[in-house]
Amino acid sequence: MQWETVIGLEIHCQLATASKIFSGASTAFGAEPNTQACAVDLALPGTLPVFNEKALEMAVKFGLAIDAEIGRKSVFDRKNYFYPDLPKGYQTSQLAFPIVGQGHVDIQLDDGSSKRIGVTRAHLEEDAGKSLHEDFHGMTGIDLNRAGTPLIEIVSEPDIRSAKEAVAYAKKIHAIVTALGISDGDMSQGSFRCDVNVSIRPKGSEQLGTRTETKNLNSFKFMEDAIKLEVERQIDVLEDGGSIVQETRLYNGDTKEARSMRSKEEANDYRYFPCPDLLPIHIDEAYIAAVRATLPELPDDRIARFKEQYGLSINDANALAPSKPTADFFETLVNYLGGEAGDPKLAANWITGELAMLLNSSGKEISDSPVTALTMGLLISRIKDKTISGNAAKSVLKSMWNGEGSADEVIEAKGLKQVTDSGAIEAIVDQVIAGATAQVAQYQAAEPDKRGKMLGFFMGQVMKVSGGKANPGQVNQMLKRKLDALCD
Amino acid sequence: MHTKTLAELSRGLAAGDFSSTELTQSYLTRIQTLDSQFNSFITVTADTALAQAAAADQRRAAGDADPLSGIPLAHKDIFCTRGVRTSCGSKMLDNFVAPYDATVIEKFNAAGAVSLGKTNMDEFAMGSSNESSFYGAVRNPWNRDCVPGGSSGGSAAAIAARLAPGATGTDTGGSIRQPAALCGITGIKPTYGRVSRYGMIAFASSLDQGGPMARTAEDCALLLNCMAGFDPKDSTSIERAVPDYSATLNDNLDGLKIGLPKEYFSDAVDPRIATAVQAAIKELEALGATIKEISLPNTQLCIPAYYVLAPAEASSNLSRFDGVRYGYRCANPVDLEDLYKRSRGEGFGAEVKRRILIGAYALSAGYYDAYYLKAQKIRRLIQQEFVSALNEVDIIMGPTTPHPAFRIGEKSNDPVAMYLEDIFTLSVNLAGLPGLSTPVGFAGGLPVGLQMIGNYWSEARLLNVAHRLQQATDWHQQSPATI
Repeated sequence: MQWETVIGLEIHCQLATASKIFSGASTAFGAEPNTQACAVDLALPGTLPVFNEKALEMAVKFGLAIDAEIGRKSVFDRKNYFYPDLPKGYQTSQLAFPIVGQGHVDIQLDDGSSKRIGVTRAHLEEDAGKSLHEDFHGMTGIDLNRAGTPLIEIVSEPDIRSAKEAVAYAKKIHAIVTALGISDGDMSQGSFRCDVNVSIRPKGSEQLGTRTETKNLNSFKFMEDAIKLEVERQIDVLEDGGSIVQETRLYNGDTKEARSMRSKEEANDYRYFPCPDLLPIHIDEAYIAAVRATLPELPDDRIARFKEQYGLSINDANALAPSKPTADFFETLVNYLGGEAGDPKLAANWITGELAMLLNSSGKEISDSPVTALTMGLLISRIKDKTISGNAAKSVLKSMWNGEGSADEVIEAKGLKQVTDSGAIEAIVDQVIAGATAQVAQYQAAEPDKRGKMLGFFMGQVMKVSGGKANPGQVNQMLKRKLDALCD
Repeated sequence: MHTKTLAELSRGLAAGDFSSTELTQSYLTRIQTLDSQFNSFITVTADTALAQAAAADQRRAAGDADPLSGIPLAHKDIFCTRGVRTSCGSKMLDNFVAPYDATVIEKFNAAGAVSLGKTNMDEFAMGSSNESSFYGAVRNPWNRDCVPGGSSGGSAAAIAARLAPGATGTDTGGSIRQPAALCGITGIKPTYGRVSRYGMIAFASSLDQGGPMARTAEDCALLLNCMAGFDPKDSTSIERAVPDYSATLNDNLDGLKIGLPKEYFSDAVDPRIATAVQAAIKELEALGATIKEISLPNTQLCIPAYYVLAPAEASSNLSRFDGVRYGYRCANPVDLEDLYKRSRGEGFGAEVKRRILIGAYALSAGYYDAYYLKAQKIRRLIQQEFVSALNEVDIIMGPTTPHPAFRIGEKSNDPVAMYLEDIFTLSVNLAGLPGLSTPVGFAGGLPVGLQMIGNYWSEARLLNVAHRLQQATDWHQQSPATI
């Protein structure tokens, strides 16, 4: 049986306003518990919400960036349920009249082609506080600092067909919100939370299967793994003759397992109704035009620009342009190396190659890289000025990453300076040629067009004797000259 | 001093006839001596009242005094008062000391008024008799076996018993006007959005309005001048200039068109009330007004519409009372569900629970369209009917209530009979219009009120008409024999 996976994503993205969506308390992360929850956030009797218009501007920016309908009238609704981290006993959200309607984003598939993923809607709502179940002797600690932080909930159409597409979509949304400056997108801090709805169906079927929801995946890697795991599980269940239970599941990134979260919350009737403490939001064309004028460069536009301005390939542009921190790193590096004329391709290679390896294995984001664009620029310029070889630079990078010092300090400490003195190189080359009589004979006996490949042996020997420090380009030239001379 | 109206006291203070300290002490003594008969106060703030009075006297001595400086007032226990218990008449908030002042309270403090204490009320403002209070029923000073009306029963009784010259109340379906009528005093519910709701514990957000209660329209004008005004902390508060309500009290009534809905004069109304109301209207005609009979056919619909919408909003507004952050918490909860069930089950009284259940039902999946949505549509019809009528006439008048004060316990086992007492007041809240009640006579020794309903923002005109009527009659000057 061939199965098709159908995935929809719901992303809760915190908006980077200074204060909360309905009160003046700060949204700054990391404060002592319950120090950033004012009377309104605590839902003290008699308190009332006042809408933070910056959140509206940010939501409209997002809508424009995904080419979506912008709601000229939008309404706040109350979603009623009881939980200790929800002080009012209801969450102020938007149901029938969201601020952003139908839109779309385009993602890059592995084969280089582009696929359009629909966004059903995005609406404004307030975040709840945090429930902390450890550290309180069997009780739960409630921290209301987060209560009232503005969110946009972004709902995709069920257009996604694989874990990879889901990650590409989530990364695209992430790139957009960070490019717009409406969110810091920090998944580890909970600024960007992804819930995935997964179902499977026989290939060719038009009907949707029963879906499950896996909540609060806070890294792209976890999202990919969780989806794959869930798809396998659903296939197993259906192939064994069972049926999928509609439920919410929790994925544990450390154990790589998921379990069902059987909570009463699923049986809730939220009794939505328009919030009578807040007026409907009415916006006009002038407002939308004013917001549109403030839009910064969007990921797709930057991809195109990188190809044009720096002559990058499609693959390099797609790797470097979408995410602002990576794009900024690249452009800083390129400018250090002399701008468009300063070898963008080299800069691209170093970021997508060596640096990417270090970032992936450590799980760090580029903005947390211990090697900055400027320090990397200095390292690369040491290759260009022939102080060290390209190979040596790779090991210097690793040392810089580990905090052993700047490029120059590491090169000095490890004695990695390339030997470029032709006299010194010549001495080694002569030594190697003299000691390799059999290989020299082979070289002389070979057809001229086959001799190039045999240089490898001699190159290796010279590099060995020089401790890897001889400038490879010079060595190659010299070997060829001397060996060819022996062939006449 | 307690026989004087608030306006007279204000003039007396200005003239130096007495000090605020003397005045305040006099009321505090009266409360201490007499309130056990009426139970109109939940909390008396004697020390702070005297401190405020002393401060007002000092300001006055320095030449800085406003009309309300040093005037003692009582506040319905629904307004948050910093450092003072704010109970909303409920066990749920018996232990709640508000950490902030409601905007209305801030305004009175800024005006230099004195706060005598917090008055009794139906629990969470849900009621028409002040029998549902956790702190016990309030007794009508005109007849202690009778209810004072509700939910602002404590404020009304305190004024009627001359325990305070003025008070604040709130009105969601008639809770200022009906107790004003039953206690023979004057009260006005302003246009929705005129007075800030910030710090006024919410019952039904789209219907609640705070307003003044006092002996006379002149007194209410002074109080409303202070209470009214835009508040950026209340998103439903309207940014519109506040006129000086005192300045136009004496305007003449020539050409005033009064509409009398035939639905307000049906057989359901006690004939003695109808008589008193008609007599008052004759007085207004003598002052230059003309009468027109009108019809408001949707009047009856206000009861089912209100009793779907108000409980629906309340069921959500009262969700915050969960035993987690403040207020009543049950003893030794075993888990979260137990905490919620027992804190709310034990903290709320029967009428509150009844309305939360009705409200949750009306909003629930499968019933939202049939109840909540339909009620909102009816609300729109009622509002349109009023607006249409107010294009033809300036003020709509009728009895405030169909009956005078009923006996304590008489209707407490029949919620629907209780709800029917509000038939003339509910629709005014549904439409957001201003409504006023003024005393116009007696029925078996119990006060009768006449209700005036004006167009949006016509508070000045309502107070003016009531004032001119009060100048031509003396019902508002009567006081109960009991005091």
